[in-house]
Amino acid sequence: MTPILEVKNLSTHFMTRRGVLKAIDDVSFAVGQKEIVGLVGESGSGKSITGFSILGLVDPPGRVVSGQILFKGEDLLKLSPAAMRTIRGKRIAMIFQDPMMTLNPVLSIGTQMIETVLAHGKVSRAEAWARSRDALGLVGIPSPEERLDAYPHQFSGGMRQRVAIAIALLHRPDLIIADEPTTALDVTIQSQILFEIKRLAAEFGMALIWISHDLGVVAALADRIMVMYAGKIVEAGQVDGVLTEPRHPYTSGLLSAVPAAVPRGEPLRPIPGFAPSPLSRPSGCAFRDRCARATDVCATEPMPEIAAGREFRCFHPHLWSVA
Amino acid sequence: MTVFVIRRFLQSIAVLLVTAIIVFIGIYAIGDPIEMLISPDASPAERAQVITSLGLDKPLWQQFLTFAWNALHGDLGRSFVFNRPSISLIFERLPATLELTLTGLVFALVLGIPLGLLSGLKPNSATDEAIMTGSIFGFSLPSFWQGMMLIMIFSVWLGWLPSTGRGQMGEFLGIRSSLFTLDGLAHLILPAINLSLFKLSLVIRLTRTGVRETMPLDFVKFARAKGLSEKRIVFVHVFKNILVPLITVVGLELGSMLAFAVVTETIFAWPGIGKLLIDSIMRLDRPVVVAYLLVIVSLFIFINFVVDVLYSLVDPRVRLGDAQ
Amino acid sequence: MNARVSSFRDDTLFGRLVMGIAESPKAVIAAIVCIILLFAAIVGPYLTPQDPFDLAVLDILDSKLPPGSESMDGLIYRLGTDGQGRDMFSAMIYGLRTSLGVGVFSGLVALVVGTVLGLIAAYFGGRIDALIMRIVDLMLGFPTILVALMLLALLGQGLWKVIFALILVQWATFARAVRSAALVEKNKDYVEAAVTLGISTPRILIGHLLPNCLPPLIVIGTLQVAHAISAEATLSFLGIGLPITEPSLGLLIANGYQLLMSGEYWISVYPGLLLLVLVFSINIVGDRLREVLNPRLGER
Repeated sequence: MTPILEVKNLSTHFMTRRGVLKAIDDVSFAVGQKEIVGLVGESGSGKSITGFSILGLVDPPGRVVSGQILFKGEDLLKLSPAAMRTIRGKRIAMIFQDPMMTLNPVLSIGTQMIETVLAHGKVSRAEAWARSRDALGLVGIPSPEERLDAYPHQFSGGMRQRVAIAIALLHRPDLIIADEPTTALDVTIQSQILFEIKRLAAEFGMALIWISHDLGVVAALADRIMVMYAGKIVEAGQVDGVLTEPRHPYTSGLLSAVPAAVPRGEPLRPIPGFAPSPLSRPSGCAFRDRCARATDVCATEPMPEIAAGREFRCFHPHLWSVA
Repeated sequence: MTVFVIRRFLQSIAVLLVTAIIVFIGIYAIGDPIEMLISPDASPAERAQVITSLGLDKPLWQQFLTFAWNALHGDLGRSFVFNRPSISLIFERLPATLELTLTGLVFALVLGIPLGLLSGLKPNSATDEAIMTGSIFGFSLPSFWQGMMLIMIFSVWLGWLPSTGRGQMGEFLGIRSSLFTLDGLAHLILPAINLSLFKLSLVIRLTRTGVRETMPLDFVKFARAKGLSEKRIVFVHVFKNILVPLITVVGLELGSMLAFAVVTETIFAWPGIGKLLIDSIMRLDRPVVVAYLLVIVSLFIFINFVVDVLYSLVDPRVRLGDAQ
Repeated sequence: MNARVSSFRDDTLFGRLVMGIAESPKAVIAAIVCIILLFAAIVGPYLTPQDPFDLAVLDILDSKLPPGSESMDGLIYRLGTDGQGRDMFSAMIYGLRTSLGVGVFSGLVALVVGTVLGLIAAYFGGRIDALIMRIVDLMLGFPTILVALMLLALLGQGLWKVIFALILVQWATFARAVRSAALVEKNKDYVEAAVTLGISTPRILIGHLLPNCLPPLIVIGTLQVAHAISAEATLSFLGIGLPITEPSLGLLIANGYQLLMSGEYWISVYPGLLLLVLVFSINIVGDRLREVLNPRLGER
């Protein structure tokens, strides 16, 4: 299967007054057609910046400094701003974390949807309106015709996120990047939205990158999982494998810190310490200060290893009988 | 919406009442109303007549009722100097002041918004730095001195523009204004610039702050992620959000410009209510001063009311507030 | 953590201010100009070649002399003389004294009044808060120049009346800023803890809430002094501010207004430039302080 998106050695840095902040450092991965990939990490690990880098939406002082982002074989980083704009929202769409903030409070839902249709093709206003209405219906918003005239503050958080999803679906993109779209919502609404996105992705054959800090959500949704730590992907593989037999100590640490994943009666084991400040990361493996398995060799940079469809960066991976 | 307008209207009335009380106290309780409101050259008979008509021999609260009653009927006393009702003197000169103020406001907006956008979209660039320093300079310039310098340069040295008066007036749609003749326009330019410069700085800063606060918001990024053009993002998404605070402040500043017109009118001998006020203060023509204060405060409160209603039209959160 | 930061803030506040100004060349120049002008105002009488208000030394024959002229007794009028034969440079230094004095004094009193009322409003809340804030809203609803104009139109001119008017139009700005800064801090746990521990109200107000109000107070205080100087000059120019016996820069400019038309520009241009430099420098410093202390502090 040829991947729809291939990210090669991507680095995004922020040039701050106190030094260079390496938000993403040499990240490579691929997303297959119709594949759902979960991108997991703590806040500050660079997972959201990865999403924004793909769409070319990194705000200054941040900048993609090196690498390639091949979308259907074409390097997005080489595109002109105008050409990039024809990709954004049409071929690759994004859903943001906080639905209360993603819609413009002073423009009606209809305006914000219709302008998205009109931005990518010569369509009549009437047709743009009809497509917007259909998209709202698709995501389960009752009486979409009337709701087009409404303003964001008249919707609940869950409904606003549905509107954002409807906007992302308007052009039936090949890839949707969802940046923690359920984090800001109530638990019951979370699962509804989760289910909705999964259904729509399957229905329209869209690939999906699901960014989250919540392993449980990703486990329920994704085909493959990538774990990010301090700007690097430390482990990647099929969901089942990674969650049951993690190779990287950070992944196993994350798993034993999740209440639902730890069997009843066994203590939760939080990872000791804090993630290092992005301005002063230790050389070599950034996790070594918090890692029980670390040795002197970890002061040098671990290279990605690939074994049995699993990729990880560690000198001392967990060994499982099957491996 | 209706509820909002009614509530806002009642508030305006309350503020007006409070101000009327303050002005009343200023004249009747702190000062000596006989000295303030009766011409020094009045005969004893005239004095007695005014004292009874104003009820100055009655208790203070009754005096206030008389004052308020008269004010409601547009009777704010007679000018000593012109021997005419002071309110009609004010209304005669009001159009000149409004013409000047509105022209100044338009100047400030037409120049200020683009400069503020320019500055806010490229924060900390050389352009931004220059515009911002310029705007600090703008509001540091004492407006009366700035007006004098305009006269010195453009009237005295270069001789390009007239420096006093309103010039010839034209009539259009029944409105007489300097805006409709070339001579009138020439007379209007310097005073309008003088009045607008101070507000220009404010408009620039407001627009810039608005842009800078709005640009990093998620909905702007989301608009980019939708593939909208930068033009649409700035002029529709960002601008409509800035419009709310801009309308509020600019509306309020219209009132302050009306007050500042006193300075401009004095310098450029513009025959508006501001010049009338200063002349009346100098001639101790106090009924006119009192009338000016009440009229300008009413005008000011009226403007605030209109601004709030406009504001609610722009911001759906306010407009639809009572539907929730 | 916030409690710790705020108790350290006093030590670092001054350092932050100095560093902030030092980082901007524009602000450094403006600060130096402010200091020079302040110094000139304080030692004024020792700097000036004549006492411009001692009528005995004035010679009407020396009136309206252009800059650089020499008087009968060898004194050079570097900036010319005014309509009464007064040395403009001397008159300007005296005017600067008056302008700065009125501006700084009224600004400081307004700061104290506004801070006290703002703290009271924030701390006690309820009806007291509502009452104070109603008055603040009413005051801020009207443009300062309009209120001052109203007041002086009714009261007549005079030094203390002008100062009173300037205080009246300024205190509300301070009160509002102090109240909102104090409210932020008041709701933090450690203040509640202090209340529970029975620490006295004045100590909580001064020891805990006030330090937090300092950054906005410094910024607003600086900008308000500039504003007050400008406002006083405007009122004096209109003839309803300071009396002729206390000439500020505004009055000097007004005196030159009529002569401007006949080409004697120096009588109003030089005092105006001085006023501009003074207000501009204070504003630049204030603007920089705002950037350093709180970039999001309102623009007004």
